Amino acid sequence: MATHAAAAHHDDHHTPTGIKRWLFSTNHKDIGTMYLAFSICTAFIGAGFSVLMRLELLHPGVQFFNAADGTPNGHLWNTVVTAHGLTMVFFVVMPALIGGFGNWFVPLMIGAPDMAFPRMNNISFWLLPPSFLLLLLSALVGGGVGTGWTIYPPLTIQQGAGMDLAIFSLHLAGASSILGAINFITTIFNMRAPGMTLHRMPLFAWSMLVTAFLLLLAVPVLAGAITMLLTDRNFGTHFFDPAGGGDPTLFLHLFWFFGHPEVYIMILPAFGIVSHIVSTFARKPIFGYLGMAYAMVAIGVVGFIVWAHHMYTVGMDVDTRAYFVAATMVIAVPTGVKIFSWIATMWGGSIRLEVPMLWALGFIFLFTIGGVTGVVLANAGVDYAMHNTYYVIAHFHYTLSLGAVFGMFAGFYYWIGKMSGRQYPNWAGYLHFAVTFFGVNLTFFPMHFLGLAGMPRHYVDYPDAMWHWNYIASIGAFITFAGAVFWLIFVVFGTLLFGRKVGANYWGEGATTLEWTVSSPPPFHTFDELPHIAPQAHH
Amino acid sequence: MTMSDGAPKHPYHLVDPSPWPALASLAAFMLVFGFTLGLHPDMLGPHVESVVKTVNWWIIAPGLLLVLAVLYWWWSDVIVESRKFHNAVVQLGLRYGMILFIASEVLFFVAFFWAFFDSALYPNSPEMPLRAEADGGVWPPKGISVIAPFDLPFMNTLILLLSGTTVTWAHHAILQGNKRDAVRGLLLTVVLGLCFTSVQAFEYMHAPFHFSENIYSSTFFMATGFHGFHVLVGTTFLLVCLFRAMKGQFSPTHHFGFEAAAWYWHFVDVVWLFLFFCIYWWGSGKAPIALH
Repeated sequence: MATHAAAAHHDDHHTPTGIKRWLFSTNHKDIGTMYLAFSICTAFIGAGFSVLMRLELLHPGVQFFNAADGTPNGHLWNTVVTAHGLTMVFFVVMPALIGGFGNWFVPLMIGAPDMAFPRMNNISFWLLPPSFLLLLLSALVGGGVGTGWTIYPPLTIQQGAGMDLAIFSLHLAGASSILGAINFITTIFNMRAPGMTLHRMPLFAWSMLVTAFLLLLAVPVLAGAITMLLTDRNFGTHFFDPAGGGDPTLFLHLFWFFGHPEVYIMILPAFGIVSHIVSTFARKPIFGYLGMAYAMVAIGVVGFIVWAHHMYTVGMDVDTRAYFVAATMVIAVPTGVKIFSWIATMWGGSIRLEVPMLWALGFIFLFTIGGVTGVVLANAGVDYAMHNTYYVIAHFHYTLSLGAVFGMFAGFYYWIGKMSGRQYPNWAGYLHFAVTFFGVNLTFFPMHFLGLAGMPRHYVDYPDAMWHWNYIASIGAFITFAGAVFWLIFVVFGTLLFGRKVGANYWGEGATTLEWTVSSPPPFHTFDELPHIAPQAHH
Repeated sequence: MTMSDGAPKHPYHLVDPSPWPALASLAAFMLVFGFTLGLHPDMLGPHVESVVKTVNWWIIAPGLLLVLAVLYWWWSDVIVESRKFHNAVVQLGLRYGMILFIASEVLFFVAFFWAFFDSALYPNSPEMPLRAEADGGVWPPKGISVIAPFDLPFMNTLILLLSGTTVTWAHHAILQGNKRDAVRGLLLTVVLGLCFTSVQAFEYMHAPFHFSENIYSSTFFMATGFHGFHVLVGTTFLLVCLFRAMKGQFSPTHHFGFEAAAWYWHFVDVVWLFLFFCIYWWGSGKAPIALH
């Protein structure tokens, strides 16, 4: 919060302070800051859950997750797994990338003075703390929720009271997302500066536009599904109960109709951030700008018709599986367009390996690995062997923990100077990157081997033969967590308290979008006079 | 981009700080937490349990009241602001917002229609012998008597379609600055909405099946119930517009509040048409018709 002290002197005397500024906020930058602060807190809670899990898996046998009588407590294990997954998806990645960076930089990039619905913007944020509180309570009440983030029935029907808290947690988080999505789409459609046509709009704004549409159309389906779960649990309905004529796979279809767009919701904003960073530090306009924009649109559209590749093993007929294999592989095409356009942007560029660029390069490399294992898993026949093994865990952590999270750190290092007016200590940024890159690969790469060897997910223990790679993965997780603590202390607090003050455009000629035309930090209200965008100004 | 002393040189509406979003979030938390306590009074131990069992379902009252109060306060602010700040550009933003909100509502109903068609199209799925056994391999499931589609449901269809015309009458009257007809049209629309709800309530009370009977009753009450809730919301929205029309707050060029209500009402109407054709009519299949 100290970040904004420096902004005060730019402002007129109407700038609100205290509770009025933060709790009652209608300012996109302040709300973005609150989102980022919130997601840093939740990230450490979510990462704490994963450290607990890796501590347990450090050695075969059950060390920590025991019931009072000393027998292994697999339900407790699964409760921690669930809390980890739901926290990371709904309360870390989405608030940071969409709420945080989206709120901060979509209005700045398109030359808008704020979001379209500033007051609604604030409820999108303030719904999250109660929602997260409900999620935490769900793990503590009634024996906890041990279902995994996918909350499949019939297991969800059999959980205690905590399950209903988790369902309501998702209802509130969902409402927050839908309102946020409406806000972003309206802002982008209605508030672009004169001359800022959609085809001149920066790619981060494009990524947020596509993300917002995915949220708008996917989240309500989850809301409907979990509402049916609620009535099945409490009011005796039979939506997911075949003995009453219902269908448990109905839930899987509904969940993944939401869930697959959801994974793109988490990665598309990172695509946008990486495009800006690669262009800035190669000092070249992005290669194939329109192709990059429409590749995201294509990923968003096709993302709605591939959902059943998450459920090949539930007994769908072979034609259905063949369709979902084909449709899923199609996604690799626009994704490939993006990967190769980033590489082509760097090609012949005057590359500076600043800290954000390292994270962006790390993103491209690691996300590509996750993408390639995704193509492997897209094959229904192969997936029959891999389903619910650590190969899948490795795959989606390469796309999310190493993709989306690298995108978050890339954005943090790229924009922290803009948001706070102070630059991070370079040595700490490089060290944080090195430790994290080493740590996450040590954690997740061995999981491919464990999965291929048949280690199933959602188990508290494993055979002795799998000790070797599990041990290495756990060491990697501890290194990564140490890196995160280092980041919090030396980079976050170090920057905010002691960082070198920076000017409007501290990255120089490569940084061409509008946020670099305002001071660092920007004044409380930006673009009281709208900028005009010249035809060649896109990026 | 330096600050100038004068008013901003852009057409957008920068809203003043407001307590309603945070208060609404608190209200939402109180509502859902109270609801969960109502479902599981023993959730927080014996002490809380005795309290919850004393107040029973009144446990949700504080949250619910606060939600309703915040809605009132928040939208009152919007109405006050609209006179000063809702120029053509801001109104366009509100239009986008309302269309997008309705789009998300459509997807909410998709979930319930998906549940309906999953069971109605595949009652005899070989992958689900339990289901085939439960519903007798037919839709509607064996043992279900259905509500006659061309009895009260058809009347409700006509009521809603008629209300679509009365709201359009009100719209044309507003466009022509005819306050008297705008009020008449809105009053008729609200009354027709209340008629629909009354008929639906009558139908629920006399339904030949109950919510937890089987998948037929579950999908029926879930889909029509959420539609009914949306009718109540739409009726309230129109009622507010009626009061505003009576106060002369709508002009031929500035009446987006009314248009949003009308859009929402048409959306509710279209959902009903799908409910009527799919669930009441097609979905009643060859099942016996229940007599009231």
